[in-house]
Amino acid sequence: MYRFLALFRDALRALRRNVLRTLLTMLGVIIGVAAVIAMVAIGGGASDQVKLQVDSLGENLVIVMAGGAQVGAGVLGGAGTAGTLTVADAEAIRREVPGVRHVSPEARSAAQVAAGNENCSTQVLGVGVEYPALRNWPLAGGEFFGAAAERAAARVAVLGRTVARALFGDGDPIGAVVRIDGVPFTVIGVLAAKGANMMGQDQDDAVLVPYTAALRRLLGQTNLRMINVGAESAAAMGPVQREIAALLRQRHRLPAGREDDFTIRTQEELAAFAGSTTRIMAGLLGAIAGVSLLVGGIGIMNIMLVSVTERTREIGLRLALGARRRDILRQFLIEAALLSAAGGVVGVAAGLGISRVAAWVLNWPAAAPVSVVAGAVVFSAGVGVFFGFYPARRAARMDPIEALRRE
Amino acid sequence: MIHLEEIHRIYDTAAAPVHALRGVNLRILPGEFVAVMGASGSGKSTLMNLLGCLDRPTRGRYRLDDADVAELSPDAVAAVRNRTIGFVFQGFNLLHRATALENVELPMLYATPTLRGDEARSRARVALGRVGLEARADHTPSELSGGQQQRVAIARALVLDPKLLLADEPTGNLDTRTSIEIMGLFQQLNAQGATIVMVTHELDVARFAQRIVVMRDGRIVADRALDRPADPVAELARLPDEAEAETA
Repeated sequence: MYRFLALFRDALRALRRNVLRTLLTMLGVIIGVAAVIAMVAIGGGASDQVKLQVDSLGENLVIVMAGGAQVGAGVLGGAGTAGTLTVADAEAIRREVPGVRHVSPEARSAAQVAAGNENCSTQVLGVGVEYPALRNWPLAGGEFFGAAAERAAARVAVLGRTVARALFGDGDPIGAVVRIDGVPFTVIGVLAAKGANMMGQDQDDAVLVPYTAALRRLLGQTNLRMINVGAESAAAMGPVQREIAALLRQRHRLPAGREDDFTIRTQEELAAFAGSTTRIMAGLLGAIAGVSLLVGGIGIMNIMLVSVTERTREIGLRLALGARRRDILRQFLIEAALLSAAGGVVGVAAGLGISRVAAWVLNWPAAAPVSVVAGAVVFSAGVGVFFGFYPARRAARMDPIEALRRE
Repeated sequence: MIHLEEIHRIYDTAAAPVHALRGVNLRILPGEFVAVMGASGSGKSTLMNLLGCLDRPTRGRYRLDDADVAELSPDAVAAVRNRTIGFVFQGFNLLHRATALENVELPMLYATPTLRGDEARSRARVALGRVGLEARADHTPSELSGGQQQRVAIARALVLDPKLLLADEPTGNLDTRTSIEIMGLFQQLNAQGATIVMVTHELDVARFAQRIVVMRDGRIVADRALDRPADPVAELARLPDEAEAETA
């Protein structure tokens, strides 16, 4: 213990010999560790955020979009515009695909919505009665339309939070009449706030009406943009996806070899798609961290070599006083490890600072787990030991006579 | 204590092999105070390195304290340097940023079995006391005079009670008065039982030993005992008074 403390004291003393040089040497490790910590904290926050958004889609959701996923059509932007899905398709899915709990057709268009003197442009979603259950989207007030209203293509509307606020401020919109592209609808409910989706769009900026009313009274067409299907369980999503594909190919009379004229995405696929961007970012930061730790390690090796040369006489003296070669090796390894571990500690502090700023700017939760913080410090000490080994061995192999003679 | 038989040391240099020691035979008994003299190139530094186990002879046998040094493992040689031998250098070789006390503690860092921290500290204080510097324990070398620095180095050499004190030109960097004081300290330590071997090229310094060994061209050419070693008190008294020296 005494010996270890004394070695530690000697190492600290050596590092204090030239504070500026010590700090500059630590900089590489500081940047590397800060990058790792920031990466983990921000990346972790991002994937939490993506998970939240994917969960907000609903439970076990399978989305069938009109149009194939041909090259050039885009993954989400192009799909849903081809006009190949019909209400009959949605009913067939409900009837014939096992493992399906909910089905909601969806039609969608941009529309001008007005109430009194206020008006705003928003998305009108024509959906089925099961839509709130599918999307896990409760009402903040009033009620959702029922099966009778859906059958009758009733002119009733449920407002998203953003639209309700825009048209009615803090007032109660229930019972009021809004004109959607000039067609009057009675407001029967207001949805709870849901926030932005994975693409950053405000999901509350929408008006929900029965899909029958949307098709007949607003769009004047019979094609759906998509069909939302809720599977009974997570395990059922795969089979449901395959069954729907087979069913729709048959219904659309697609010969073998012809591309699908629809696209099916499960919630997990959407999550993976959204997560891939985060992973690329994390990978880039990881690469920066790796390069920076490498450069930092080489800097430590360089400075330790200089230090060994400068202290040749001291090494000779210690050997003459009875130090074994491994005592000298240990001394310089401790010094290198201390140097880089100190860099690691400063780096952790900087990384936490950066991630806190990022969390504030991006409005993400960002936090690095304790295990990562501890790991970063230990790893940076390891970098010091690794890159300090060569200089330390050089010190340990010195000839004491030569070393003592050196000025 | 020391027994050298037909010691040769040949350095392989790029130009030609240098025969630094050409058959040295020497016996030093416990309690002796020996000065090794010789011009530069006479082989006295090489002899010192061999005695200190910092180097090994090319040929010949070196027995230190009844052990054949050639047969010791590197760790055992390190232990010999740590426990059996105390080194005093011309250039003091103190750690500049450490206090006198910490400098004296340095050998104990490498001692086996390991000492406890408070034990090491109290031993270092005792050693500083033996050289009369207990009051300066917390000073760094830059705050001490040359003579005081050499005293710290001597305390460092003494701290583990070595049987043999090896001094390489211990007064080479000191003025006459301080040199005499250091020699007085050596005589005092010798009287307390330490065996001392000291390399010097100054006869004035060598006169304080009991025995003078003279080397030339890698061989011992003279080895004689002094009936009456120089007395530091008398020598100091014979020095001109410092005030007088300034007016003169």
